Amino acid sequence: MYQYIIRRTLVFIPMLFALTVIVFTLALLAPGDAFTGKSLADPNVDPEVYERQREEAGLNDAIPVQYGRWISNVAQGDFGKSLVFNGRSVSELIEARLANTLYLGLFSLFITLVVSIPIGIYSAKHPYSLLDYGATGFGFLGLAIPNFFFGLIAIYVLAIQLDWFPAQGTLDEPGMTGIEALKSRLHHMVLPGITLGLAGTATYMRYMRSEVLDVLGSDYIRTARAKGMSDRNVLYKHTLRNALIPIITLMGFEIGMLLSGAVITEQVFNYPGLGTLFLSSVVNRDFPVVMAIAMLLGILILVGNLLADIFYSIIDPRIRYD
Amino acid sequence: MAEQPVLDIDKLKTYFYLDDEKVAKAVDDVSFSVYPGETVALVGESGSGKSVTALSIMQLINKPGRIVEGTIVMNGKELLQMKPKQMTKVRGNDIAMVFQEPMTALNPVFTIGNQITEMIRKHQKSSKNQAREKAIELLKTVGIPRAEDIMNEYPHQLSGGMRQRVMIAIAISCEPALLIADEPTTALDVTIQAQILDLMADMRDKYHMSLLLITHDLGVVSEYADRVMVMYGGQIVEEGPTKELLRTTNHPYTKGLLNSLPNIDKHVDRLETIKGTVPAAFNFPKGCRFSTRCPYVMDKCLESNPEITEVGPEHYVRCYLHENGGIPNDESR
Ligand SMILES: Nc1ncnc2c1ncn2[C@@H]1O[C@H](COP(=O)(O)OP(=O)(O)O)[C@@H](O)[C@H]1O
Ligand SMILES: [Mg+2]
Repeated sequence: MYQYIIRRTLVFIPMLFALTVIVFTLALLAPGDAFTGKSLADPNVDPEVYERQREEAGLNDAIPVQYGRWISNVAQGDFGKSLVFNGRSVSELIEARLANTLYLGLFSLFITLVVSIPIGIYSAKHPYSLLDYGATGFGFLGLAIPNFFFGLIAIYVLAIQLDWFPAQGTLDEPGMTGIEALKSRLHHMVLPGITLGLAGTATYMRYMRSEVLDVLGSDYIRTARAKGMSDRNVLYKHTLRNALIPIITLMGFEIGMLLSGAVITEQVFNYPGLGTLFLSSVVNRDFPVVMAIAMLLGILILVGNLLADIFYSIIDPRIRYD
Repeated sequence: MAEQPVLDIDKLKTYFYLDDEKVAKAVDDVSFSVYPGETVALVGESGSGKSVTALSIMQLINKPGRIVEGTIVMNGKELLQMKPKQMTKVRGNDIAMVFQEPMTALNPVFTIGNQITEMIRKHQKSSKNQAREKAIELLKTVGIPRAEDIMNEYPHQLSGGMRQRVMIAIAISCEPALLIADEPTTALDVTIQAQILDLMADMRDKYHMSLLLITHDLGVVSEYADRVMVMYGGQIVEEGPTKELLRTTNHPYTKGLLNSLPNIDKHVDRLETIKGTVPAAFNFPKGCRFSTRCPYVMDKCLESNPEITEVGPEHYVRCYLHENGGIPNDESR
């Protein structure tokens, strides 16, 4: 098992390397750079000034040269400085946003699981019931409606019309602490959390329904019932454990979905996470920030997949890695 | 027989209500009894309704199937009148079942020990440790080596034969009065089949159980069963004590099954088969259900389905031929 984890982790290195090469090239091939926007915004500044800064930042060098400089700095743990935020270090910028995105992702995953698993089980136990049809309908809608559109509707109805939830930000007032801050934080995460988890909820619900139906029809469930085990035991012990196996696999991919979904959702709710930072950095051509976030997301997705595989082997004894 | 039967089934009908308003009469008017300590074989080709009969006794019929009529009396208690919760105390405790597919019959994600002890603990209020000890003892009884280790292993770590032994250990763990074995050796290697059947016969004697042995193999029947019931198209077409039934076969279907057995005394170039296939349970012919395949079919057979009639001591048959003195001799080779 440990050997397996180490082997998998070693494979991460070439994958991340390839990822950085591709993203770096694409980022630098895009027209303009961090100073183009600035010079347009303020025509009074002599373009020479920007040209000098460009030269200092090394932006005039060939792409492979720039990449070599960047990667050797990264190898020493230095992600460089932002070209836009007055030279603040990239690590500092990201640190402030990473926690927000992780909270939002976990919160969204939590809502997704808490909603989809019980409904999926109920739908399987009572197929073609009213609730099952309702869940199916919701599932189609959830998958068909784009995140940002659902987010806008949620803001219009639940934030503006009904005023139940805040439409943006993370806290009522800056500088809140303790329980109050936690409550305010959760309150702010409800709408983006639901929006971000919408597609996942629909997917998990459908998966859970078909898995439970499948397992309920299997030979070993018939055996359990033939042994005289109660309905509760058959459902919650014998069925659930087996039905969750594919859900765990799905969750490995879900981490990637959550992170990419977060880019749009955070934007809609003006939520100060990695997603908003990523978008603004792309727009401003702040390539050190773009690169660092891309790498971070890559690592998170790879680690998520590894975790899913590990859980998978814990829950299913037939899977053994060695 | 003067003794009270362990199990007494009367006019059992189990139908499956299919999508397009078709009704599959998988079990259609089946009556029989099982007496203490005896082995009764239920024989028939695949699709004749043997498994549905067994699952009806256990009340494990799933939608779209339903027991529509009949009574199932076990030691004086009418099972079909029981509430679902009461029935869970009968399953496993009074009647246990071993299935055809040992490879899929055990839950892949729980240990063997877990799957035996959960049943012991459910039916016999015993502690965790007592249940564990009993489980180890049971595994040794059914001939599993390294019983202590096997307790902590998962089904996929065992061979098919070993898994079927585990299934038998589970089935006998609460000393049921009746053990139903639904083709317990069909999925196993021929070399292991006899071992498993012998084991079940041993367990039957050791725990004074009755055995309802479902099989499609008349060879197995002659070796293990006291009585035989031959099933075709959801009905019992011939029933009798094993020796009597094999000697004076009265139903052309039973005859067909016997002729399709390999026989070392007779040299034949190729084994005979019964022509055609079992008709679908939602599409039985109007008269006798075997009429579409019967070599002796008469006009009468196409008109109405014969009643089951006694033709010898404890020997019953559902065929019009017995009125004319049984199966004509000339054609039976
Ligand atoms: N789940 C089901 N749905 C619909 N029909 C079924 C189902 N199970 C059994 N049947 C019907 O019952 C008939 C008898 O099946 P079964 O008892 O399994 O046969 P056997 O065990 O003798 O091979 C089948 O031919 C089929 O038509
Ligand atoms: Mg069968």
